[in-house]
Order: sequence, then structure tokens, then C-alpha cells
Amino acid sequence: MNGDLKIALVGNPNTGKSTLFNVLTGLNQRVGNFPGVTVDKKTGYTRLADGRNAEIIDLPGTYSLYPKSKDESIVFQVLADPNNSAHPDLIIFVADASNLKRNLLLYTQVADLKIPVIIALNMVDLAEKAGTEINVDELSKRLGVQVIPVCARKNANIGKLREALSYASKMPLQLETIEVAALAPGLIGKIQTEFLVDEPYTALQFAHQHETLKFLTPEQSDRIEEIEKEYSFHSTKAQAAETIARYNFINDVLLDTVKFKPEGTKETFSNKIDSVLTHRFWGFLIFFAVLFIIFQAIFAWSEFPMTLIEEAFVWVSEAAHNALPPGPLADLLVDGVLAGLSGVLVFIPQIAILFAFISVLEDTGYMARVTFMMDKIMRKVGLNGKSVVPLIGGLACAVPSIMSARTIENWKDRMITIMVTPLVSCSARLPIYTLLISLVVPDESFGGLINLQGLVLMSMYVLSMVMAVLVAWVIKLLIKSGERGYFIMELPVYRLPRWNNVAFTMYEKVKTFIIEAGKVIIAISVILWVLSSYGPPARMEVLEQKYQTAKVTGVTPSEEVQNLYASEKLENSYAGIIGKTIEPVIKPLGFDWKIGIALITSFAAREVFVGTMATIYSVGTDEAQEESVREKMASAKNPETGQPIFTTAVAFSLMVFYAFAMQCMSTLAIVYRETKSWKWPMIQLAYMTVLAYVSSLVVYHLLK
Amino acid sequence: MKLSQLQPGQSGVIKEFTDLEMSVKLMEMGCLPGEHVVVERFAPLGDPMAITVSGYQLSLRKHEASTIILQ
Repeated sequence: MNGDLKIALVGNPNTGKSTLFNVLTGLNQRVGNFPGVTVDKKTGYTRLADGRNAEIIDLPGTYSLYPKSKDESIVFQVLADPNNSAHPDLIIFVADASNLKRNLLLYTQVADLKIPVIIALNMVDLAEKAGTEINVDELSKRLGVQVIPVCARKNANIGKLREALSYASKMPLQLETIEVAALAPGLIGKIQTEFLVDEPYTALQFAHQHETLKFLTPEQSDRIEEIEKEYSFHSTKAQAAETIARYNFINDVLLDTVKFKPEGTKETFSNKIDSVLTHRFWGFLIFFAVLFIIFQAIFAWSEFPMTLIEEAFVWVSEAAHNALPPGPLADLLVDGVLAGLSGVLVFIPQIAILFAFISVLEDTGYMARVTFMMDKIMRKVGLNGKSVVPLIGGLACAVPSIMSARTIENWKDRMITIMVTPLVSCSARLPIYTLLISLVVPDESFGGLINLQGLVLMSMYVLSMVMAVLVAWVIKLLIKSGERGYFIMELPVYRLPRWNNVAFTMYEKVKTFIIEAGKVIIAISVILWVLSSYGPPARMEVLEQKYQTAKVTGVTPSEEVQNLYASEKLENSYAGIIGKTIEPVIKPLGFDWKIGIALITSFAAREVFVGTMATIYSVGTDEAQEESVREKMASAKNPETGQPIFTTAVAFSLMVFYAFAMQCMSTLAIVYRETKSWKWPMIQLAYMTVLAYVSSLVVYHLLK
Repeated sequence: MKLSQLQPGQSGVIKEFTDLEMSVKLMEMGCLPGEHVVVERFAPLGDPMAITVSGYQLSLRKHEASTIILQ
């Protein structure tokens, strides 16, 4: 679908920009990437009052065109480069009416780029409640643009906005804001003529941002550097002068257009909530209670849908077995692809629930308070208050969490956060934990309240968090950085969550998970199936002859003989040979070659572990598969000693190994994408492997 | 007097900044010379702090607040 008109939404964070985007586009939207960078680009379509179709692009929220993070730098890149595929014909500037002064700073910057603009004045109702009276007509006259008061949450006045969009001028009509040329006399004119830039303010921003602008060539950037030297341009000083000039202009405008009620001493509603939620004692207690509830919900609510998904897969597998002619193809489809798929899809409920909670916490404004409370502790170990969001998100999946670390402006803080986030126990480790715990920990409870298995599970999560913090502290001592960290952050007022927003986030995250993780898991399942079904021909022939005799005698071989054949076949398959090769390395941890195969296959993704165990312990696709994997594993004996393989020591050693090892190709790929070098993912892989090996060794020898 | 020296509930008017780089970031967020600020609270561990400035709440570390000189 192509729009007749390209419209970009620009505004501060927390102004209801995304809500307006959802209202305008409905579910008719998709998330992609801006060209050349991995910043989420939300686009959608809307029909204007005159019947034309408009493409709407939601640009990242920012407080000014001077970027403080990777996401924010997109805004100027898109607006300044007419060749950018997201470059708009028209801008909707979303301004929060209850906080107009700060919002107008970005407006005046955007206006000076001379792209046609309309102001959507959001949350007028809140502003009025707070006693702020805005003369919309006067404001519109002073700025020379249309100002449409809307209330995105209540869907009010959206029709009027659509009307304004369809009759918007193709030419920028906004009035001058400040005298830009005076900010850097000479330099601006020179850049304008040399780089054929129409607008003085665009030229000035070239001077400020040339090092990071993707659309400038290195030669062009060097040339700008030269011009800067020629005019002794000081970026920070120029920026300070500009900001002050802009606020002078804004104060002038606001003086004539906005009436503030004299501020009383009346405490705002948000303030009252804050005095409890960020209270010295209650603050932390409530935070831990919230985490506890999230955990309970992830486990309790997901049980039923997960069982449904599992049963559905058993049904589909059986149907496929019956429908397809028996042979390698059917085996590949059912044991390889379908088994792999069910391994991914079964996590959907847990991921959806976790992201729903995270989205609610962010939407209500509580997450900002958590970062506020945790900043001091986090700083001690080299992190930042804002690291809390990726770390909590890491409980679901490290991949989106590492992307969310972009909000951390400081490079060192962000790197450390990225480095330790994969240590937090993600949802892919959950099936491994539950399988192994149910194997060695008795299902008992203290006083009928605290379940022993649940307690062990929770301690695995606590262990992972403690390790993440410890490692962060060590990395902090190792990385040198001259850059200063800072924590200047808006505390948005508390609001009720927008449920359709929550639902959409859930949908998006689940979709990304299925596509991203699904690709890897299906590929691995197929490879694993081939490796464990075939082996060197010479060895396989010998095996076949050995069991041929049983067939020749005429009697159908007993189930036991069949199983024996299957497991011997596995031992001599390519996978078995690989497992045997690495056995000496993992033996000190208590693992045998079969676990070795699982370690290798689950290097791609941890989810593969249970499936691999199922294949290796030669379990067919009968119902209650998990149950039979567990039984087989419980009865597996070491052929040398005759003792069970999965003792408490082995199970715990394996759990600790999975807790710390970097067994996720998707995470390595995302770290590469986010840091733009292989150095960081490789360091991460190395330290986590060593950490996993050593911890596992210690645990095994302590419990043996 | 620095902003970081105020107690919760106390207020002042911003006069100037001692750190150019920080001042740019603070001004973008509405902390401008002549602006009225109220200290709302400190985080449970004593740092950072929350202030009200130009009609909204901003959190910043004490160290950052110490670069803001009040009238």
C-alpha cells in the first residue's frame, strides 16, 4: 500500500505520541527498521477527510534535535535528509498542553527545518484541570501554524485533526522563531552554499552533528570540521546560546497565549502516589511485591494455555504421522520440524504475560520510579537506574531487552548492561529448570505453603540476578571511559495503562519472538535430526547387520530390542560421535556424551535442550512427551557404574551451566548489531562459557 | 546555594550553571535561569532527587543538581 502523503509524528516522550499514532492508524500498522540502523520504525496508514491515504511514521520521542541516544538521532536524520525513505511531506508535532514550555523547545527547532507542520495539542483536558488556560487561536497566530487541540486517549477531536491534515499546505507557513544565522555568523552561510542547504538551521545542525549523520560522506564531514575550525565554532557553547534564545522566544509567545492559575500548595495526585511508591521503606517492598506477582502470574496463568499448545502439537504430530507415508521425510517433518516448532510456540503464553506486565509498568509511569529508586545501587556496580528495564526484561528474553538498553545515554553504562543482561534467567531456561528440578527435587511443601520445587526454581532466578550484578561490578573495574554518566530523566505523571497499547506490544513481541527464535530452532531441529539419524556408513552397516539377525528369525523384535537398536544407532550417529568427542571436557562437570549432544545443539538456543533430550533418550512422539522424557532420564543408568546418571549433583551442575552459559545465537547476533563489532559478543561468549564451566564444576564437586 | 543543598519541600530560582556541558542538557529539560524549582523528594537511598520544574517532575542525581546555582 502506498500513501498519497507522508506524515511524521514528532514530539517529546510521554506526550501521547504513540497513543495518537494508534488512534490514527488503528491496527493498520507495522514495525520495521529505519534504513541502515536498527531503530524501530513504526508506520501505519490513515484515511484523511478528503479520501486520500496517508502514511504515518512515528519518530522516536525526543526532547530536542540534539540527540542523546541512538534512537533520538534518527529524528534529525529523517527530517534533514529529503532522500531518506521516511522523510515526511508534513509533520504532526504532538505537544503536551500541560507542559507546553518544554514541548515548544523541540517545536521551534523542528519548525526551523521548514517542513510543513501542524501542532496537535494533546491532553488539553489535563492542562485545564491543572488550571492552565491556553488561547489556541492566539497560539496558532503567533506560531503561524494550525493548532488542533486533541485528546488522543479519549479519541476526541481526531476528526478535526484529520481534516486539518487533508487541507494542510504543501508549503511551510510557520513563522520565524529565532534568528538562527546570528548563532554562528559566517559558518552557517558557508555550509549553506557549499552543501546546498536551503535552511540556515539545517546547516547549523550539520555543524553540530556531522560526525554521526549517515547521509554525509566522510569527506563532507571532514570539510565541515575544517569550516568549524575556520570560524572557531564551539558546539556546546552554540547549543547553550541557541537553547536560551529559543526559550526567550517561547516565553514571549506563552506570555500572550497561556494563563497559569497561581500555583497553590495543593499536592498533585501523582505526588501523593509517589510518596508511597518511592517511600524509603514501602518503595522497595512494593517493588519486590510487584516482581513476585509477575513471577506468580507467569507460572500460574501460562500453565493452561501451554498445556493446550502442547496437546495441539501432539494432535498435529499424530495426524501428520497418519497422513504421511512412513519414511525419512515424515520423520524429518514430525520429529525435526514439528518438534522444533512446538518447542518455540509453547513459550508464547509466558512471553506474552511478561511483556504485558512490562508494558503496563512502563505505561503507568511506574518503571520510571523503579529506575529512580534503583539508580544509586545500580551505579555502585557500574550500571545505571535505567539498566533496571533491560534486566527485568531479561527475565523474558535477552534479545528485546538488549535493544531496550538504548535508552541509556552513557556508553559505558549501556555496554555493561548489554554484557550482563544475558545472565538473567530468560524464559528459555525455564523448561530446562523445570525438567531437571522435577527430576531430583521432591515435590514437597513446607507447611502446605511454600513448595520446595518452586523454592529451588526461585533460587535459580535469584542466583542469576546476583551473578549479573557481580559481573557488572567486575566489568566496571575493567572498562575505562572518560564519558560522564548522567541521569536527567522525566518522571511522567501516573496514568492508567492504555490496554490496546498493551495488547499491541504483546502481539508485536510475540510475533518477533516466533519469527526470530523460530527460524533458529527449526533449522537446528532439522540439522540435529539429520546428525542423529545418520552416521558414517561403515559403522551403520555393522549395526544394521547386528540387528538384522533378529529380523531374520521371523519374530517381531520386542520393544526393548527396538529401543536398544535406536540408542546404539544414536551412539554411532554423527551427533553421537560429536558427543563422545567432547565427553572428556565435560566429564568433570558430571555430564556424559548424551548431555554433551544437548549442550552442543542448545548452543543455538537453549529451548532445544528438552527436545534434544527427547530425541536422545529415544522417546517416540507419544502423548505426555515431557513426562516420558523425565521418566527415561530418571531411569538412565551409567553403563560403567550402574548408578543413575541424573543425580542431584548432575542436575544442579547442569542447571548452573545453563544459567550462566551463553547458549543463544540470537543474543550474540543482537549484541553484534547493537555494538557494531564482534569484539563484545565474543568477550561475552568467552566470559560466560568460562563462568558456566567453573561454576558447574564447583557445584558438581560440592554436591557429589 | 546549590540546588543539591535544598531539602524536600524547599524551593528556589535558578541563577546559573557551573558546568557548560551539563547546563545544555538541563536547559533542554526546562531548567533555565529564572525558572522556579521545588525539591519534591529524594530517592529511598538518598540519591537521585526529584524536582518540579516548568510544570513537570524531573529526576536528577545530586551531583548533577550541584551544578545548578540558585539565586
